Amino acid sequence: MDLGQLFAIVIGAIFVSNFVLARFLGLCPFVGVSKDSDSALGMGMAVIFVMTMASIVTWFVYMYVLVPLGIVYLRTIAFILVIATLVQFVEMVIEKTSPTLHKSLGIYLPLITTNCAVLGVAVVNVNEFMVTGLPRATSFIYTVVHGLAAGLGFTLALILMAAIRERLELVDVPKSMRGIPITFVIAGLMAIAFLGFSGLKIG
Amino acid sequence: MRPLAELVKGIYKENPVFRLALGLCPALAVSTSVENALGMGAAATFVLVGSNITVSFIRKFVPTKVRIPCYIVVIASFVTTVELVMGAYLPELAKSLGIFLPLIVVNCIILGRAEAFASKNGVGRSILDAVGMGVGFTFAITLIGAIRELLGDGKLMGYMVFGPQYQPVLLMILAPGAFITIGLLMGYFNILDERMKKKTEAKGGKG
Repeated sequence: MDLGQLFAIVIGAIFVSNFVLARFLGLCPFVGVSKDSDSALGMGMAVIFVMTMASIVTWFVYMYVLVPLGIVYLRTIAFILVIATLVQFVEMVIEKTSPTLHKSLGIYLPLITTNCAVLGVAVVNVNEFMVTGLPRATSFIYTVVHGLAAGLGFTLALILMAAIRERLELVDVPKSMRGIPITFVIAGLMAIAFLGFSGLKIG
Repeated sequence: MRPLAELVKGIYKENPVFRLALGLCPALAVSTSVENALGMGAAATFVLVGSNITVSFIRKFVPTKVRIPCYIVVIASFVTTVELVMGAYLPELAKSLGIFLPLIVVNCIILGRAEAFASKNGVGRSILDAVGMGVGFTFAITLIGAIRELLGDGKLMGYMVFGPQYQPVLLMILAPGAFITIGLLMGYFNILDERMKKKTEAKGGKG
């Protein structure tokens, strides 16, 4: 394991293959919760937290349950159940320990179960770091860092979009394009900007 | 509602992608060509029909409190079936659909139909609803795929359309093309809707 590789994973997940703008994951919250920047920030924080936790938990499930039992083909079922349980659990813990945090994150947590970015990060982790036969310690650290960075990339795209849409309130958009259609066209322009990162060479 | 109406509503009036804005991630990600789009549409339709039938059968035994996890397990089982079958018989297609094949589990159309329709209706109606929604999804994703393949590659289903001197618009195959295409299509469907409303009003019908 070297730091250069970790750096490449972080930059890759945030900019080069951004989960929303390059991989098309988590579009529902991206369109639904990007109307104002406060709720975008709340959703982003919740997603960063859940994605990192999900990466850790699915790593353990894959390495110590699915692989030893030889039931890797059941990973989709196993992962979605683990993620759904995890989200429930996180919600209960936050509710008990910090009511203020629960107030700001609470309404976003149930939505996250069906956020394809969370299951997506687990599947990408398996494909990129576990099947390749990296040493366990290395693949664990890569997985955690990738989960965190993917969440950061999602939050970045969400906050940028919220900032643009707040300004859009004052603009005279054609009636048929208001709401979701114009959001997608803006996302397309943002994706063009993010395409510029694909020329980055690290390490 | 008449049985036929259950079938047709998914195609235009309640089209899952353009009207309800569900299932957006796969609709954008795998619509780089018509072939991929049809493959994705078929896979999702199979899962949708299977899960709607199963959910409709078990709707009376499942306690309301744990229904969502139950539905997710049902859906995930069908998705795993599709994954294994496609990996065995159509490995090329499975490869180009990539991570979006397992991600059919979190396609909101499928859980949405299980929760909103199959858990409240009989098996027959649920099948019709699933087929309608599946065809609607396939139609939407194939339309996006056709536009992107035509402009970005100059081809349709692998056949050259514009002739060899056509300069492909590479942008349409890449991520931005998908966003812009679906944005403009949704806008166009809004205009269509507006026109139809005006027509029915002018007729004095009970639209």
